[in-house]
Amino acid sequence: MKLTIERSVLLKSLGHVQSVVERRNTLPILSNVKLEATAEGLALNATDMDLDIIERVSAAVERPGATTAPAHTLFEIVRKLPDGAQVEIAFEPEGSQLTLRSGRSRFALSCLAVEDFPSMADGVFSNSFTVAAPDLRALIDRTKFAISTEETRYYLNGIYFHSTTSSGVNVLRAVATDGHRLARVEVGRPEGADNMPGIIVPRKTVLELRKLIEETGMGVTVSLSETKIRFAFDDVVLTSKLIDGTFPDYERVIPQDNDKLLRVGKKLFADAVDRVSAISTEKSRAIKVAISPGLLTLSASSPDAGSAVEEIEADYDSATIEIGFNSRYLMEILGQIEGDTALFAMADAASPTVIRETDDGAALYVLMPMRV
Amino acid sequence: MTVSALAPALCRDCLEAFDAACAPSRCPTCGSGRVVWHAELRDLAIAHVDCDSFYASIEKRDRPELRDQPILIGGTDPRSVVATACYLARQYGCRSAMPMYKARELCPQAVIVRPDHGKYRRVSADIHRILHSVTSLIEPLALDEAYLDLSHREDIPEALADIAQRVEQEVGISLSVGLSYNKFLAKTASDLQKPRGFSVIGRAEAVAFLAPRPVRAIHGVGPAMERRLQGDGFTTIGDLQQVSEMELKTRYGAHGGWLWRIARGQDDRSVTPERESKSISAETTFQQDLSRPADLLAALAPLAERVERSLRRHQMAAAGVVLKLKSRDFKLRSRHLRLPTPSQQAGVLLTAVRPLLEREADGTLFRLIGIGAEPLVDGALADPPDLFSCREHDGQ
Repeated sequence: MKLTIERSVLLKSLGHVQSVVERRNTLPILSNVKLEATAEGLALNATDMDLDIIERVSAAVERPGATTAPAHTLFEIVRKLPDGAQVEIAFEPEGSQLTLRSGRSRFALSCLAVEDFPSMADGVFSNSFTVAAPDLRALIDRTKFAISTEETRYYLNGIYFHSTTSSGVNVLRAVATDGHRLARVEVGRPEGADNMPGIIVPRKTVLELRKLIEETGMGVTVSLSETKIRFAFDDVVLTSKLIDGTFPDYERVIPQDNDKLLRVGKKLFADAVDRVSAISTEKSRAIKVAISPGLLTLSASSPDAGSAVEEIEADYDSATIEIGFNSRYLMEILGQIEGDTALFAMADAASPTVIRETDDGAALYVLMPMRV
Repeated sequence: MTVSALAPALCRDCLEAFDAACAPSRCPTCGSGRVVWHAELRDLAIAHVDCDSFYASIEKRDRPELRDQPILIGGTDPRSVVATACYLARQYGCRSAMPMYKARELCPQAVIVRPDHGKYRRVSADIHRILHSVTSLIEPLALDEAYLDLSHREDIPEALADIAQRVEQEVGISLSVGLSYNKFLAKTASDLQKPRGFSVIGRAEAVAFLAPRPVRAIHGVGPAMERRLQGDGFTTIGDLQQVSEMELKTRYGAHGGWLWRIARGQDDRSVTPERESKSISAETTFQQDLSRPADLLAALAPLAERVERSLRRHQMAAAGVVLKLKSRDFKLRSRHLRLPTPSQQAGVLLTAVRPLLEREADGTLFRLIGIGAEPLVDGALADPPDLFSCREHDGQ
């Protein structure tokens, strides 16, 4: 294998693939990136056995071939090469080292046999559709904060995507929850997604995907197999295992009949929560929200820090209610609200509260109150 | 004899207060021999109360047939140690913390009683109710001992004698009282006349009183420090009184300053009510060393339940869990993990600690396992309401 590639092209691609490689690996080969040179250019491939990324870049290939080299080391070297440099990569079929030359620098890196590099490509990917990149970004951005990191509830460690209808409109819906809050966001259903099963895409996949589609203007092609999902866009193919579990029946926990309706300025509310929460204890972050007609009173107290109270005007005409929330959760949800107003639908201090932008907005949030 | 030579005295039975020129052998009112007499009796306010052979006294209270027999509280496993020896058993040389097999060699006729910690805690709570009726400045040291700061009271000796009487009458066990002007001397005093003691150490005699006592009597001097002190020529507290503060500080750092002050009867630690506990834990030593994850996990389950009960009783919640393992060669492994949300539930603690345990169970033989809740947070934060209230949703 011998090829020459522009430093910036290689760096960008290595940046993408090395991000998938875990810092600590029990299997040494998983620390490596697979480099495969063909007539079409160079393919870089990295995996952690749950998530696999392949990116193809153009390179002047003199002699095809393939090997694997330490991903983080390779990335560090290329990152430190001067801008505009040309990089020559060579590997002898019988050799154990990859050589990298650029200008007057020369590196020799230990390689591991390419035959040992695990492949995640197998499986039949049938169900396939294309989703607009901005839609996919919105689905991820507006739900990812609610993904659970609790390992014992692995079936909540990702975003649940499924196709359904909402007020008679066909939609692709994303749901994430950690049991304390829930985010539900939908976009118009892409053509061909009608028959997709409900799937749970792991957190790491979602976050990597989100970084990679930051600048994509095109559609992202999504394909599904029994156990995997594949995203193809630009020159990247991202393949991930799906979480093998059943997402809970989330509709069941979204209250339909909450009749205490509050309309409040989003920024006004978020800023007040931010100020008052300075007093709430680090551990609980609890703040108390007392709502009476026209007036919303936020308060917090902690035995160490003292107490805080702030009043803001609010559009409310139901019975007075006092309810506690985790201030961080409340601010995260308010941060997701588009537009100036947030709508709160409450029942009582112990039942879930629904938060929306408008009565029929694309996003819906559920927040479990705290005991205060 | 002048009036100024008279010193205050108090009958511990009829609570009659009077003055006497020398230690009275009898109470002039009721004739009881239990009279406490000391020049500074009415000038001292820090007390230490310590139940007499607490566990054994409770067992004898509940099983009168054991009253005149030596008893040992503890397990009978090869590795058990004596938790408490009653005063009869102590006459044979049995001591607490002694290996049980050794105590049985010394006193083969002793009756061995398994400890019932739940009962001891209930008795302790009964005693604390009595203490609280006298002062709120109580610093518990253990289930059976506490410091009291009585400086807000006028009738300090009476209050202490009253505590001892009421504990005997209402709870049915005896305790000993130490009264002095600081915690170290109060604790030292309570140990002087056990059982049913009432001892006083005043400012005037403190230095002379301490001088002949071994350095080990100082709070914080354990076997290692004792050897070091003896190696440096300090066998008694009196030896420490002979040298300058500087010399002790040079030799032993900050601890040297403490030794110098305590040797002179100076201890400015205040009585701090309700010492905040940082962790709640439970551990057990196996009869036979274990290595299999399943066995270790099985041993952990009842401990987690004990932690749960303790958390609920103290209205605390675990924000994290600690797994403690001691290998056959006494190497301690301690692993910590934060919980996603604070919890009081044994099941949650166990589930969280399980991966830690599986990582440690690498074939090593362990002699001890423990589980602890740490750090602790307010119990109100425990197990916050969840949208999917059934946490055990199995995902399948």
